[in-house]
Amino acid sequence: MLQTISLLVENKPGALMRVVGVLAARNFNVESLTVARTLDDSLSRMTIVVDVEPKVRAQVVKQLNKLVNVLQATDLTEEKSVAREMVLLRVRAEMANRTAILKEAEIFQARVVDSSIEGFAIECTGDPEKLDEFMDLMRSYGEIEVTRSGLVAVSLEPKKLRLASPIPVGAAEEEQEELERVVSK
Amino acid sequence: MASTMQPPTGAGTLMSGSQILLECLVREGVELFFGYPGGVTLPFYDAMYSHPIKHVLVRHEQNAAFAAQGYARATGRVGVCCATSGPGAMNLVTGLVDAMMDSIPVVAITGQVTSKLIGTDAFQEADTFGITRPATKHNFMVKHVSELPRIVHEAFYLASTGRPGPVLVDIPKDVFQASTHYQPVDAIHLPGYKLYTEGHTGQIRRAAQMIWEAERPMVYAGGGIIHSGAHQELRELVELADLPTVNTLMGLGALPGNHRNFISMPGMHGSYAANMGMYNTDLIIALGVRFDDRVTGRLNAFAPHAKVIHVDIDPSEISKIRNAELPIVGDAKKVLVKLNKVMKELEGEMGSLKAAARAEWWNTIRGWMEQHPLEPQYSLDEIKPQHLMAEINRISNGEAIVTTDVGQHQMWAAQLIRYDHPRLWINSGGLGSMGFGLPSAIGAQFACPDKLVFSICGDGGFQMSIPEFATIANHNLPVKIIVMNNGYLGMVRQWQELFYNNRLSQVTLDHFPDAAMLAGAYGFPGKTIEKVEDLRPALEEAVNTPGPYFLNVKVTPFENVYPMVPAGGAINEMVLDQPQPVEVGS
Ligand SMILES: Cc1ncc(C[n+]2csc(CCOP(=O)(O)OP(=O)(O)O)c2C)c(N)n1
Ligand SMILES: [Mg+2]
Repeated sequence: MLQTISLLVENKPGALMRVVGVLAARNFNVESLTVARTLDDSLSRMTIVVDVEPKVRAQVVKQLNKLVNVLQATDLTEEKSVAREMVLLRVRAEMANRTAILKEAEIFQARVVDSSIEGFAIECTGDPEKLDEFMDLMRSYGEIEVTRSGLVAVSLEPKKLRLASPIPVGAAEEEQEELERVVSK
Repeated sequence: MASTMQPPTGAGTLMSGSQILLECLVREGVELFFGYPGGVTLPFYDAMYSHPIKHVLVRHEQNAAFAAQGYARATGRVGVCCATSGPGAMNLVTGLVDAMMDSIPVVAITGQVTSKLIGTDAFQEADTFGITRPATKHNFMVKHVSELPRIVHEAFYLASTGRPGPVLVDIPKDVFQASTHYQPVDAIHLPGYKLYTEGHTGQIRRAAQMIWEAERPMVYAGGGIIHSGAHQELRELVELADLPTVNTLMGLGALPGNHRNFISMPGMHGSYAANMGMYNTDLIIALGVRFDDRVTGRLNAFAPHAKVIHVDIDPSEISKIRNAELPIVGDAKKVLVKLNKVMKELEGEMGSLKAAARAEWWNTIRGWMEQHPLEPQYSLDEIKPQHLMAEINRISNGEAIVTTDVGQHQMWAAQLIRYDHPRLWINSGGLGSMGFGLPSAIGAQFACPDKLVFSICGDGGFQMSIPEFATIANHNLPVKIIVMNNGYLGMVRQWQELFYNNRLSQVTLDHFPDAAMLAGAYGFPGKTIEKVEDLRPALEEAVNTPGPYFLNVKVTPFENVYPMVPAGGAINEMVLDQPQPVEVGS
């Protein structure tokens, strides 16, 4: 099944490589992955769609959370969220079809971003199913070429960000000693 | 840990990257580390020249990583290794993956080509950062000398906290050379590194109830107990409710081998009683374990009647393989301290709830133990491998450090040598890396100079680490190197015999070097024995001779390790002994 995960990641060297690497190493099939900066440009937001057995869904989130640079991994699959994707497509259009294509685009609230003798370049946004339909439709008019953006999603329930607080250097040792003290009491 | 070596350098002093790195190592309490120099680490080795920190020159970088592990496994402190760029760093990789699999705290420092050459296929350039990403818990590339102190302290913190593991710091040559006004770092901030150590109080209470309610409980304790130093708490729990206990290959010594509640090791080469116990239990109390396939065998036949309480510091281990009815994320020690407290609170009310069933359960287990004990085998004309282990066991008496390589000898050493404390048994469990035995003994002996350290190797794996004889000789390390020489890659031969019609393909080890000459070439004593009557005196001589000793023990070549759960088999369907050949005509 498809699982959608929203990931908040520190923009540290190799952050993307770590995410992609752990998904590959754990044998999770990646359907799509998008990355971009957030308002805080030291952080990136990724939306990842994986195709996994339902019983490993929790593992996917745990493995991503284990990455040191991941601040938050949220499973949006069953959460209140909105998800959108964009497709940019080029359709070759016979002169006779051009008006019909424009009409269809309008129905899908797609925008023509380029027009030439060969045909149109069209931008369409929506959920992935809507885009599938739109592409099928366009294909019936002529040869098409598509680039999909991959899914971006946002949760509708604000999530509290739980972060680790700073730790004095040498705290690991001290914590161990503290533990010994507690235990020996 | 405060170091006595050198007063910490004050803030603002102008220092090179190399000097800063050494200063940070001192601040982390590093007394010694293992490494091998090269082109891009020249500036670092130059700074070391006039610095009190001790660097041990190994003879191959893989062994620097294994020695660092030996040090870490014997002490619980971070082991440190160092290598140059390209080939040096690549040689560390096996040791890092090994540390990753067994959760061993190691910090690896690698040199990298000068920053402006990165990405140009420069001489001895390798993408160490990329290649070691999946080989480490986390890794760093230092871009600027000012980041160095922060990164080094983060590396030690990550390696040693939570679920421990290897961390690598890749440092370009120009960063070693650059100078800056050193600013000590006083806090680490890794906002995404969340540790769950305490354990949920409610879950812990529920666990205590489940334990008292169980009729056939089994404690399944592993490496996590040793990493968190929870052995005393484990013992307390086990005694509180008189719980039968198995220790995994990684957990041997967690409960003393001579403890009356200790059954033995479960799994592929576990004992009959341990595996039957795991099969028949109604409650698994899993503490710092990960339900490895070598323990569980075929999953649907593993503890089919049991509920599972799973305590682990790594949330991703819980319900990864086997669903846990009661998960507790936390540090084993902290959780056990709390659990024991609740156990005691509930003892009055619940303690004798299942007394009869428990007594019955113990009877059954004792019955299994008597029926098929893990016992050494002896022969009058040949040294059996099990006999060798029994003799080492007699000398060690539960107290010596034993490192092994990988193969049959490893399994016999796990089965037949007793470990009465944690951190005595040192072996490559998860990765099963041949070549581990000798260098890890070096690390352990450096960490514990006064302890008796046996390095038990197969004749195969031993030959992967012979160069380290030089390191041992160099430092006159009193490691007792015992080769269990069966003339074969024994474990592979065993599988070929049992599962490939005895077609022995590429497993014969001819031309083993003469032990006296080999050790003699490095300046320490060595000997080969093959007579049964020589075994005890030779081992005693090895132990009583000061300094290193190499004993090559020729054993029965075709002995197999039993019991055995064939890969993917059910744990209650062990092969207990060598199938007897059927006589023709009978
Ligand atoms: C680096 C590495 N290569 C190959 C193996 C596969 N392997 C596992 S056990 C074994 C045989 C080891 O032979 P030896 O060292 O003589 O030990 P024995 O089994 O005879 O005790 C081999 C080849 C391994 N574990 N590690
Ligand atoms: Mg052998």
